[in-house]
Amino acid sequence: MKKYKESIMKAIFFAAACTSILAVTLICLFLFINGVPAIAKIGIFDFLMGTTWKPNNTPPSFGILPMILGSIYVTAGAAVVGVPVGVLTAVFMAKYCPKKLYRILKPAINLLAGIPSIVYGFFGLVVIVPFIRDTFGGTGNSMLTASILLGIMILPTIVGISESAIRAIPQSYYEGALALGASHERSTFFVVLPAAKSGIMAAIVLGIGRAIGETMAVIMVAGNQARMPAGLLKGVRTLTANIIIEMGYAAELHREALIATGVVLFVFILIINLLLSLLKRRTG
Amino acid sequence: MESINKLSYIQKLRTYKRDPRSLVLFLLVIVSTILTIGLLLFLIGYIMIKGIPHIKPELFQWEYNTLNVSLMPALINTVIMTLISLLIAAPIGVFSAIYLVEYAKKGNKLVSIIRITAETLSGIPSIVYGLFGLLFFVTALGWGMSLLAGAFTLSIMILPLIMRTTEEALKAVPNSYREGSYGLGAGKLRTVFKIVLPSAMPGILAGVILGIGRIVGESAALIYTAGTVAEIPKGSDFLFDSTRTLSVHMYALASEGLYVNQSYATAVILLIIVVLINYLSGFISKKLSKV
Repeated sequence: MKKYKESIMKAIFFAAACTSILAVTLICLFLFINGVPAIAKIGIFDFLMGTTWKPNNTPPSFGILPMILGSIYVTAGAAVVGVPVGVLTAVFMAKYCPKKLYRILKPAINLLAGIPSIVYGFFGLVVIVPFIRDTFGGTGNSMLTASILLGIMILPTIVGISESAIRAIPQSYYEGALALGASHERSTFFVVLPAAKSGIMAAIVLGIGRAIGETMAVIMVAGNQARMPAGLLKGVRTLTANIIIEMGYAAELHREALIATGVVLFVFILIINLLLSLLKRRTG
Repeated sequence: MESINKLSYIQKLRTYKRDPRSLVLFLLVIVSTILTIGLLLFLIGYIMIKGIPHIKPELFQWEYNTLNVSLMPALINTVIMTLISLLIAAPIGVFSAIYLVEYAKKGNKLVSIIRITAETLSGIPSIVYGLFGLLFFVTALGWGMSLLAGAFTLSIMILPLIMRTTEEALKAVPNSYREGSYGLGAGKLRTVFKIVLPSAMPGILAGVILGIGRIVGESAALIYTAGTVAEIPKGSDFLFDSTRTLSVHMYALASEGLYVNQSYATAVILLIIVVLINYLSGFISKKLSKV
């Protein structure tokens, strides 16, 4: 009887563990089954390389290149804003911060990660958009605004993971450099940081993954015009924005094209995940 | 060891004088940190100062209408949504972590597949979850935009988080506990439930609370799975009613642009919840590290 219970529970634990496999399979299956036929109908080249997205025209055109570029540009901008600040903050957290201050700063950075993206988006809308409008002109809903906001949003990811990467480097590296007469900064930046390189790269890649998948914050500040990105101060639409804005009223091929947009985004994310696991393998 | 490395301020100053590059690096580090923390303080301060004056009693009326723009239904929906999502995700997450830590043999091929898929899940952006929820729960299973479809979508989303934190908590339980339990004649199952799980509880709870934080803050995954109806679901089939949570409510307000003050107020409520959740999670995991 007892034996019976043990094996039943073991089976239940096992089944639970398989849920994530099931979930990933279902997600892949449903996205691809619903999205790929649309890509085939539109033509893969016209879909990925088409420069006009006019789903309501007759005949409609479903080119998502503007959104692909939009996502890439905005993400690159976010990396330019977020990576230096994030990595340097991580250096502070790991190598400078007094213990007492750390006890305050660490939860603060965790809090930064916990703030909902809609609140970030609203903050961008009421603070960064007017700021950009007043400083650089234009409407303020622009690629630059989105990049800055996303740069802020990926900070906690980059800080957290870079910090643990820096902490994982044996103290003896740092001490060896000090013993050779290097200053605290030189030891940290020219000995410890290079040693933590792949961990920091993983942090950056993860941050990029977050930035490219971010939706709600971006649509509130990016302008969302579905045309080729025209400049830092012009509006852009990302892949994520394209889905959330038009999914509500889309039908038939239009709807399928939006799902296919999701497929493209998903493929981007899978590539990023792959990169990440390669980096992790190198660290481990 | 700390004291050996400690330099006096004068010594430090002398180093920087000799080596300006170090000074520049030092300043960059300080400026970046001030920027990061300053941004956080500014964001919270700005929203609090602008929002708190707009928190009025009519925001908490039971019924939503365009006059009072009440956030009460959305708040209640958030609680219901969180409960249902946790009810689904927490047992599955905890059980799968138990399997991975306590049962799975090392080097098992399936285990590495489970880990890879869990990692993949945690990297998928919420909009893709939303899209999947729309295709699977809403359309294929025919649930419509509903509480249940939203909750299932969210529970897949927070599953990897709960799995990972539970795994870490289980791994932190010393092996001697298990050995002691076996030594007293307890079986594996009893050991897991009576010895290992209770001692791992704080870590598991901290993870669950973080999961709550993600649920509360989520909007992109919910708009097309749970919908945006600003009412508390009622009746016997309330699970299949469309509802909006607080974050979705805030998106609706902010994107309409008519209710800026109410958006501020909603943002304040969201921030307060998130700060509380973070504090609670930190508090519990600190307790864990003391034990």
